[in-house]
Formats: sequence, structure tokens, C-alpha cells
Amino acid sequence: MTEATRVQLHVNGRLHELALDNRTTLLDALREHLGLTGSKKGCDHGQCGACTVLVDGRRINSCLALAVTLDGVEIRTIEGLSDDGALHPVQQAFLDRDGFQCGYCTPGQICSAVGMLDEFDQGWPSAVTTGGQPAALDAGEVRERMSGNLCRCGAYMNIVPAILDVADAAAGRSSA
Amino acid sequence: MRPFQFVRADDAATAVQTVTANPKAKFLAGGTNLVDLMKLGVERPDLLVDLTRLPFDSVDVEADGTVRIGTNVRNSDLAAHPAVRNGLPLLSQALLAGASGQLRNMATVGGNLLQRTRCAYFQDVTKPCNKRQPGSGCPARQGDHRNLAILGASEACIATHPSDMAVALAALDARVAVSGPDGDRETPLAELHALPGEHPEQETTLRHGELITGIAVPPLAYAERSAYRKVRDRASYAFAVASVAAALDVEDGVVRDVRLAFGAVAPKPWRAHAAEDALRGRPATAASFRAAAEAELAAAEPLRDNAFKVPLITKVVVRTLSDLAGETS
Repeated sequence: MTEATRVQLHVNGRLHELALDNRTTLLDALREHLGLTGSKKGCDHGQCGACTVLVDGRRINSCLALAVTLDGVEIRTIEGLSDDGALHPVQQAFLDRDGFQCGYCTPGQICSAVGMLDEFDQGWPSAVTTGGQPAALDAGEVRERMSGNLCRCGAYMNIVPAILDVADAAAGRSSA
Repeated sequence: MRPFQFVRADDAATAVQTVTANPKAKFLAGGTNLVDLMKLGVERPDLLVDLTRLPFDSVDVEADGTVRIGTNVRNSDLAAHPAVRNGLPLLSQALLAGASGQLRNMATVGGNLLQRTRCAYFQDVTKPCNKRQPGSGCPARQGDHRNLAILGASEACIATHPSDMAVALAALDARVAVSGPDGDRETPLAELHALPGEHPEQETTLRHGELITGIAVPPLAYAERSAYRKVRDRASYAFAVASVAAALDVEDGVVRDVRLAFGAVAPKPWRAHAAEDALRGRPATAASFRAAAEAELAAAEPLRDNAFKVPLITKVVVRTLSDLAGETS
């Protein structure tokens, strides 16, 4: 055995074969080996959410995931959210609502919101959900579900409405 | 981080053998605590054995109502599982009170149970710590101990166990399934974590190489009337300052049975047996609830900056049980 491992990383629909030092986190693999610098290193300890990416559709902190554990799974980063040049609805909503100031936490906020909206669609409760089933996303639910993403500029007052816009639009489409 | 070797386990027996054979090997599950501690230099394994592809990933309800939970079930999946949401509200609420959405998607049952204390001295390798480096001393007694233990601690160590989930499981009399070099065994969760005494480095009763494969939650007739209440320094995404897991069975205004466990006040999830004993057969009133909490906290040994936890957890007990009593009346 050595202290490096061959791994196949599927990132944004592309396959990358890498031989990585076992210590390499997914975040460092993305940024330092694949040139995907959209995912940000904030705290590097799972406390800020700037590194959030989607693994098999679920949001995780890429700073705490060792890349060698992720052989063969589907990884989606902020660079992979747009569809043929069209922004993802969450990206567009952050622009429309000015959901950022310095922008450093934004890729993590957006990836986290994409994962969170999917969790909500699956009926997952949150710590502020009462009565078992979450009825609809409101500001309180969004704040609780997005609490793993810190914004030190304090742009929450625009981030929360941006996410609610996407949720409302999705609900409108599904009920139409 | 120090270099280490990495293998992915394809079956539990090989994983157990591999770790047993190497005193510096560790199991890796979700990684949310272990990888962080490796970055900090607190954990320095030579070899990681990745468990995440092992098939311990289901939640099954048996005929007698026992809920069996595989060790690899993610905290988020467990919190959302219908059998847990509907049948064991205190467990679902405890899971949802912990960490963040991202971390709950990574963290596993076994990893949650075996996570390490967040005591600042334990996590800082430039400081003495009897748990990290036996015999080096404990600066916490004189230093920063606002969020450390008031129950079950020792001269050597006053660290708290940080899990929310484990507090609910302690109240539920959960059992832990363990696979080891000598075969499989089951241990009560109450006996999984050790009190520090003179050896705070010995945190659990697991031997090196023993692997948690799952937990079993036995049926509790009144589990649907249960709750987990967590007090912390901010509204979300913070460890508890004090927490309570409770289930309450009231008949004609009298407490027929009760389960009560405390979090963030002791080196292990703290089952409050003295409080339970004080409450059975008593009127389901705030005065009884307060007296029960005080019976448990008679053994508390608070320090300069954490004495506030004694009245705090008393109030959390009264509030949680009062809410449950209101639901049942």
C-alpha cells in the first residue's frame, strides 16, 4: 500500500482519473487538481459552508470529504449548475435579489440552496418544522435549513428572499 | 495532516481484521469529525479503513416494534425516516437539532456516537489535555470551562460528549451492535461510553478493532409523546449548552412512567435515572418536574463558569415535561 490512491472523480458530467495523496479533500481536488475554483475554502473545518457541493445530488461540505472516498460518485459544483449557458434558477434568483456582497460564500450558498430545495421536495422536516410535515418553505424554514452557510457580509436579508423566490416559482409550476 | 494509507472495506469482517492488525489504524465513516481532527493533528492514524460502502444502510422495523438502524445511515436520512419521525419524535428532533444540513448528509450513526469532545483544549495540540495526552494535565478546570461538564466528570477531565442523537438514544434504552475480532456482541448504549475517572483517554468500552454495525431501539409504548429540547448560544448550527430528551406517560394527571436524558452536561449522554425515579407516581406538574430535575442535579459539581447549567437544565426539564404533559392531558 502507498499513501496515494487512484480515483475516478465524476465532476459536472466529466470523468477525471487522478492519483491523489490520500490526504486530499474533495475541495482541494477540485481547486488544486481540476482547476474548479468556484468552490471556496472558508474555514476548512466544516463550519462555514463555503465549500458546499452536491454529491449524488446531496449537499455536503467538500472540505471534510476525502477525495479517495468518492470514487465513482456524481459530484456537481457551482461550475456545473448552469444548463447550456442558462443559469440555474437559484443562480438567477441570487442575481435578481442581489443575494451577496463580497461573493465569497455565494457558490456554497447556491449549491446548498439547490440541495436544500430538493430535501424539502422530498418532505424532509427541519428543526423548526412543527406538526410533522413541512407545509411550505417560509423565511424561518429557509434560515434553519441554510444555517450551515455563513455570510460574513450579512447578505442574509437578500439570500433568504432569493431562495424563497425559487421555491415559490417551483410550487407555482407544480400546481399549474 | 500526516500521511496515511487508505483502504476501502468491502466487508465488515475484513474491515475489523485490518484495523485490529494495526494499532494506528482507524475506521472512517462520514469523516465530519475524524477528518477535522486529522487536520488539527489531534488524530494521527497510519491507516484509514473506509466503511461507507458497507451495507449497514437501512432502517428496519421488526415485528415487536424494535427499530434497527444500520451504522451507515446518514443523520439526515434517519431524521426523515417515517418510523423515526412519527414513532420516535425525540430522536428525529435530536438529529435535526445537530450540526447543519450538509453535515447531517455526511454524518453516520456510528460516527455520531463515537465523535470526540469539542473541548477547546482537546482540539488544540499546543495545550495540555489528559484525554489527548494522558498525564499532561487539564487546563480547563481553571480556564475555559463554560460549556464543560457538571455531572460525571473527574479531576482529570471535565469534557462533555457533544452528540444530540446519543442523548435521545440514551433515553430510549438503545442497544449497540458491535462486530469484533472475536465475533458479534450487543451492548447497551448506556455502557458504550465510559466516565473519565483517572483515564479520560478511554472514552468507550469498545476494544481497538471493534466496529459498530448498528443500533437497536426497543419499543416504548409512549415514545410518540416525546421531545428533544436543545439550548445553544445561537439559534441553529451550534453545539448544545444544555439539552433534554424526554418521553412522558401520564394517566389521570399522574406520571406513570418517564424517560429523561441530558446532553452537554456530562462526559456521556446522561440518563437521568434519579429524576425518573423521583417522578414516577407523582402528579404531572411543574413542581414535580422541578423536584425531579433537582434530584438528579444533587450530584452536580459545577465550576466557576458553568454553574449556570444547573438552573438552566432544570428549567429545560420543566419546560419539556410540561409541554409533553400538556399534549397528553
